Amino acid sequence: MSFPWAKVYTPEHPFMKWMDERLPLPRLVYNAVGGGYEVPRNLNYFWNFGFLAGLCLVIQIVTGIVMAMHYAANTGVAFDSIEMTVRDVNWGWLMRYAHANGASAFFVVIYIHIFRGFFYGSYKAPREMVWLLGVVIFLLMMATAFMGYVLPWGQMSFWGAKVITGLFSAIPLVGEPLQQWLLGGFAPDNAALNRFFSLHYLLPFVILGVVILHIWALHIPGSSNPTGVEVKSESDTVPFYPYYVAKDGWAIGVFAILYCAMVFFAPNYLGHPDNYIPANPMSTPAHIVPEWYFWPFYAILRAFTANIFFIPAKLMGVLAMFGAILVWFFLPWLDRSPIRSASYRPVYKWFFVVLCLDMLVLFYCGGAEAKEPYVMISQIAALYYFAHFLIILPIVSAIEKPKPLPFSITESVLGKDEDAVLAPSA
Amino acid sequence: MARILSILVGLFFTLSLAYTFAVGAYTAATEPEAPTAEHEFHLAPKHVSFASDGPFGKFDRQQLQRGFQVYQQVCSACHSLRHVAFRDLEQLGYNDAEVKAIAAQFTVPKYDTATGEVASNPGMATDYFPPVAYGGQGSPPDLSLIAKARHGGGAYVYSLLTGYQDQPAELLKHFPDSKTPDGLYYNPYFANLNLAMPAPLVDDAVTYSDGTRATLDQEAKDVSAFLIWASEPTMDKRKQTGWPILGFLLFATILGYMSYRNIWANKKH
Repeated sequence: MSFPWAKVYTPEHPFMKWMDERLPLPRLVYNAVGGGYEVPRNLNYFWNFGFLAGLCLVIQIVTGIVMAMHYAANTGVAFDSIEMTVRDVNWGWLMRYAHANGASAFFVVIYIHIFRGFFYGSYKAPREMVWLLGVVIFLLMMATAFMGYVLPWGQMSFWGAKVITGLFSAIPLVGEPLQQWLLGGFAPDNAALNRFFSLHYLLPFVILGVVILHIWALHIPGSSNPTGVEVKSESDTVPFYPYYVAKDGWAIGVFAILYCAMVFFAPNYLGHPDNYIPANPMSTPAHIVPEWYFWPFYAILRAFTANIFFIPAKLMGVLAMFGAILVWFFLPWLDRSPIRSASYRPVYKWFFVVLCLDMLVLFYCGGAEAKEPYVMISQIAALYYFAHFLIILPIVSAIEKPKPLPFSITESVLGKDEDAVLAPSA
Repeated sequence: MARILSILVGLFFTLSLAYTFAVGAYTAATEPEAPTAEHEFHLAPKHVSFASDGPFGKFDRQQLQRGFQVYQQVCSACHSLRHVAFRDLEQLGYNDAEVKAIAAQFTVPKYDTATGEVASNPGMATDYFPPVAYGGQGSPPDLSLIAKARHGGGAYVYSLLTGYQDQPAELLKHFPDSKTPDGLYYNPYFANLNLAMPAPLVDDAVTYSDGTRATLDQEAKDVSAFLIWASEPTMDKRKQTGWPILGFLLFATILGYMSYRNIWANKKH
């Protein structure tokens, strides 16, 4: 779909005309990220992160395919094959560090992208499907990143795999057999490593497919914007090309500088030293931590230290950890406020700030050792997390008095909109 | 209806967490965790700087050669270096002939596919450092990644090598059960304070071919620098590649910003 004033693709060169009649691929691109896609003119820099996330996916697929050319998915040689890549393959060190830090960059970008959605109500009608597909992408990313971390077959790879697949054993009745089926054994071993490699290669392309659906669903209503007011007239929008291509272009530059600074000057900063020790099933690391991007959810998992009635603490932790992400699927129906942007929601705005701080606390606790006071702090923080989405949000959205919205995007930008005079007073 | 359901689910999770918090707080108050000797006496690595530190750091080849000498004459008796090949030593400034001579000093097992026998040949430049047969107590780790595999990296190695001392009387007073067992040695920089490796370096453990005085401190620093190199021989190349790339990106970003300003010049937003 596009707005009636959107430019229409008109091929001029005979070849492009010929092509357009047979496979209108250039037309598709033109309407998706070219002059044919009209975008609100008032997007702020938080709207650059969707494009950056797409870039991260491309970086990961390209560097990942090169890594796969040198990797051997066998417990006997997996660790050595990575070291060989880094030491002896031309530019192998660059591919390895670009891929490992690319995962971190991807999660930084995606967390900002998600929290942009929380603040500006991007999940609300008519963009629920965009949001739901986004949560699916996030879940796929987590699975992919987890399995990728297992592949070097270092100490954290092995013990991380053991802990995470161990979560399935918490499921009543079918848990143990399910875990053994997933691993292809009683503990992570060659069978598990092989299937993780296979899936780690497959899932990014599944993600790519869902990303295409995500963008398709976005293009039906068009992009949201910081005011949350829908597009009303031609003066509200600018064509994606050249306006947002230019804006995304220089944002890519800033992103690339930060990313390259990590890759070239602190490539191991975000990794754990234990993963440079080959996996040893006979020696448990002093404390097992996942990669930083899982810390908030890892803190929620570990927050349950006591059984709740007949539910074992471990099962409760697993339920809560998965529930913490699954609750995002229900967000469009939990938040009933018709106002999208938190800029016009005086009460919700502050709860959003608390949620951000809460996530940082959970993040810190998830990376810390499972000791007091970190466990108690993470229990309080997890409590707020669930209260925020399941209790506070439904109540606040029902009772909050929103601030007056601007008539249109144009009015919010220019201070006045000539169309507003013609509109019936509301 | 949806709202009531969500609040009920929310109450289930929040009340569960409040309960588990209360149980945890009660336990923490009534049975506080006993301090352990490891917690009280373990020390973070000492501050020590290496030529390769920081984004502008470069390996000091002279130091790496000294460090290799320490590895070859002391460490290699127990510790292998299996990810490093003799040919890599050219990066330390040795020439072809020197590398061949060094390789020949090591015995490398070679599997003969025709007879099925394992022969022990003198090493060649293309060989990797051979495995080390060790029969004593403990399990000496391979050192090729040690500077990446420990918090603190090279500083950890240096601290461990220079950190051997008698067990403090204070420790024995508070934790009488934590006396260093026979056959182990006290070192506060080691995770559980006692390790099987006796202090490997002393003053003049090696005689440096470049004439540098071989104090314990000097040897420890040199071998740590060598192990930093061994864990990432491509580090110099990585940093040298990084600067031009950052420079180009900065230039491209400025151009990108200017074209952005230019394109949006007449569009208020």
